[in-house]
Amino acid sequence: MFPLRISALRFAPNGRPILDGVDLELSGEGISVILGPNGVGKTVFLHLIAGLLPPTGGAFDWGGAIRPDGRLAMVFQQPMLLRLSVAANVEFALRPQGLDAAARQQRTREVLARVGLAHRSADSARQLSGGERQRLALARAWAMRPRLLLLDEPTASLDPSATDQVETIIREIRTDGAKVLMTTHNLGQATRLADDIVFLADGRVQEHAAAQRFFAHPQSPAARAFLQGELPWRIAFDR
Amino acid sequence: MTETLLAALALLAGFDHRLLEIVGLSLRVSLSALAFGALVGLPLGAWLAVAAFPGRAFVIVVLNALMGLPSVVVGVFVYLMLSRSGPFGELGLLFSPRAMIVAQTLLVVPLIAAVTRQIVEDAWKEYAPEFAVIGVGRPLAVGLLLADCRFSLVVATLAGLGRAMSEVGAVMVVGGNIDGYTRVMTTAIALETSKGDLALSLALGLVLMGLILGLNAFAHGLRTWAARRGR
Repeated sequence: MFPLRISALRFAPNGRPILDGVDLELSGEGISVILGPNGVGKTVFLHLIAGLLPPTGGAFDWGGAIRPDGRLAMVFQQPMLLRLSVAANVEFALRPQGLDAAARQQRTREVLARVGLAHRSADSARQLSGGERQRLALARAWAMRPRLLLLDEPTASLDPSATDQVETIIREIRTDGAKVLMTTHNLGQATRLADDIVFLADGRVQEHAAAQRFFAHPQSPAARAFLQGELPWRIAFDR
Repeated sequence: MTETLLAALALLAGFDHRLLEIVGLSLRVSLSALAFGALVGLPLGAWLAVAAFPGRAFVIVVLNALMGLPSVVVGVFVYLMLSRSGPFGELGLLFSPRAMIVAQTLLVVPLIAAVTRQIVEDAWKEYAPEFAVIGVGRPLAVGLLLADCRFSLVVATLAGLGRAMSEVGAVMVVGGNIDGYTRVMTTAIALETSKGDLALSLALGLVLMGLILGLNAFAHGLRTWAARRGR
């Protein structure tokens, strides 16, 4: 499944290019964070990797295969939660894996405990707070034991405490062996989580570098301009 | 008018045997039709919501059109099927409560299926990307979406019961309105009004209205409860 090599990826619905020649190689370890201005196509990029959108052009090479041969999970910015119990919202995602009911329940209990929602397993998922919903969505993805986890702005509109809890879970999922590829607008979060940064602008990858190097010495003019625009964070980072 | 109303209320207050018999048969026929209708209509509508096949739009248009199918037309169709010369004539169902159940089932299936299709399709649009990544196949998606939309679908199902209980044409044609055997509320109201027994007609009308009102109150209460509980 890894390295994932993406070459000349293009997505141009109705002839209007959103992504236009994305080249990227991702290893199977760590947390890669996609940064870039609003509307640059970060979410579209994740959807293309997940196979939810058909690319207009380009190719994916999943470690020599044209399709991922390991499990792939994704947590959306607004995660979908069925009007069922918290536990049921995890368990249904294990059915396609062919696990029997006892195994599904066992794994559901495990992940709910790990994200701190065990005490709410019988509650309706729709009663959860924003942070709890996001943790539930992460639990569902985690339960699938993914090899690649895609996260689309997993902490957008969460308060700092909920954000901290979600980031802790993301680190644990990485430690469990999943490659994490996520988008965020929160540069502080990117510094806390990222092993490497993929910087998107003008429809392509402008820079792909280790996180420390990217923030300390951005190479591309677009990345430098982007980081300069985040002045409040920049001051905090320099400290 | 006042006298008729008082006589109707007296029938209700006195638990008139004839009236109870008619109400009982009406409920038995319509609830049976609803059960069969839901058994077919709910999965059919949910499947149609998530399925992709050539001609799907045409099927949806036909299904929606069938919601407005005149009940007397369904009655004639079932009559032809169950009459002695029809394909199911040997079953001997014509002019029996079973024939009425068949007719009412055919009436409510399109209604339940069409409303279910719309409700489930709206949910499907919301959930489809996540289901795709998880690898949820269409059969599992149908089950999950039916469970997810269950409270909205109760309303759709109750709409089917309202349609079944209030129709007169189909049960009249296939049941024959036989006193003590196939006479239900709507056919009794039609007959008794034409005979001039307005008290019984009015009493049955009050029961029918009460049942329909009760069903809607139940549906509204259920939705409110579900919304409050976040379900």
